[in-house]
Amino acid sequence: MSWMASRPLLMLKTNNYSPMIAALQISDLTISLEGNEILSGVNATIDEGEFIGVFGPNGAGKTTLARCIIGTLPPTRGSIKVLGFPPGKAARQIGYMPQGHAGFDSTALSARTLVEAACHGDRWGIPWTSRKSKQEVDRVLEVTEASDYAARSFSVLSGGERQRVMLAQALLGDPKILVLDEPLASLDPKNQALLIECVARVKRLTQTTVLFIAHDMNPLMHVMDRVLYLAGGNGALGKVDDVVTSASLSKLYGSEIEVVRVKNRVFVVSAEGNVTESECFHHDHD
Amino acid sequence: MTMISTLINYLSYEFVQNALIAGSLSAILGAIVGYFVIIRNVSFAAHALAHIGFAGATGAAILGLSPLEGMLLLTIGSGAFMGATGDRLHRSDMAIGMVLSMSLGLGTLFLSFYAGFAGQATVILFGNIFGVSEGQITEMVLLSLLSLGGLAIFSRRLLFASTQPRLAEARGLSLTALSIAFMIVLAVSVTLASQIVGILLVFTLVIAPAGIALRLCRSFWSGMIVSILLGLIAVWVGILLACLTDRPVTFWITALFFGLYLTVEGYCRFFTKSDR
Repeated sequence: MSWMASRPLLMLKTNNYSPMIAALQISDLTISLEGNEILSGVNATIDEGEFIGVFGPNGAGKTTLARCIIGTLPPTRGSIKVLGFPPGKAARQIGYMPQGHAGFDSTALSARTLVEAACHGDRWGIPWTSRKSKQEVDRVLEVTEASDYAARSFSVLSGGERQRVMLAQALLGDPKILVLDEPLASLDPKNQALLIECVARVKRLTQTTVLFIAHDMNPLMHVMDRVLYLAGGNGALGKVDDVVTSASLSKLYGSEIEVVRVKNRVFVVSAEGNVTESECFHHDHD
Repeated sequence: MTMISTLINYLSYEFVQNALIAGSLSAILGAIVGYFVIIRNVSFAAHALAHIGFAGATGAAILGLSPLEGMLLLTIGSGAFMGATGDRLHRSDMAIGMVLSMSLGLGTLFLSFYAGFAGQATVILFGNIFGVSEGQITEMVLLSLLSLGGLAIFSRRLLFASTQPRLAEARGLSLTALSIAFMIVLAVSVTLASQIVGILLVFTLVIAPAGIALRLCRSFWSGMIVSILLGLIAVWVGILLACLTDRPVTFWITALFFGLYLTVEGYCRFFTKSDR
């Protein structure tokens, strides 16, 4: 527990009076986009080193929340503090993996070149990669086990390989917080497990705080510390057993929701009989 | 032997030397800028800028400017506008298509004010590398240095923002500012290229070398260097072939690039099945 030992030192340096600075302090967060209130008054405090699964139906504001945390979307009301700072000020502390990789499926550049471009990509000058940066790129590619195919063109990589390259670049510069926006989307179960194992390993080694946005919570059950469930503009943060219950989710959705557990798997079903998480339906019949 | 002595003889002429300097400048700038054009996927915008420049080049006389200055003004203005409107406009083929045909129409109107209507049109549309004057060379050197200087300052950010816009945004980069800056540099490079190969064929100098290089190379610097080399070789060989055959440089440059394109495309299809 090396991070425990370093903890007091860090506190002395930053603030004598605060017992512990939360990785994320979300207070009364309200975000309206084009007149629609996506999130209304969400509160959550996430401690450093926590692995948080972020779930909710489409349009519940998962990506909106992620954009707010990385500082590209200002809150309409309320606030977010990242390690005690406003989001924009803490950009370097956050490793971010955007949803999908729109437009770059056709790039001929190698995966490695993309990661190199992201390494100190916010500096001025020409895109020269220093020896130190090259080592950093090597390191993150190794962590996500993407070194073997990093020299190949990004466009020819499989979905799973691409996601591991994207994860690698989120790890550049040892961020304190990882914000991963639907990294499991369009991956098969095997690649989902690989990617989750990768994130879990990084978290174990570096005590990074992880916000893992996903659609289906089942593959993440064994690695999550808590879940943040977004629905109906509201959010509920807590242990899976406390949040993902029929009573708690019904309150969140504002309609009757049934949580069904089958052989250690969780399914969220609305009272009308629709499975709200479509993927679960497939698993059910597998 | 006679061929070589003819070439050496030609190289001593000032207009050939000027052509080589002007050609090299626009080849280098075109190769570098074109590389980013391909990565950013804005080749249609680049093509459109050249056509928009037609109205500037022909309308310049009305304002008492040279065609180069007129084209520069109009392309920089439209480039900055395209950059500012971002994805919405310069990915919209319809909007760009409408503006570029309007510009060609306007250009035709302005041309009708000239006495030597057809001659002037040919020069602007198809280039006149052997007609480049000392004064134009000075202008071109200055413009190239300014554009390359600009790129030297912001190309690192540009590459990041071009390959991963969402991530770059998260790191606090302004995508719009970078887009505007790049479109201005592109406007300058398109204008310079049009002096050599003409407005209609800007594509050959600004897109072709980079496009071919990106088929061959996977890393940023190898692609960039190959792109510059291809541009320079095609322009030099094109000029020399034009001297020898007395046929237009523009034809030779486009023919060389087409040949290269076919070779590389064939090579990639038959020999590298795993990689694209």
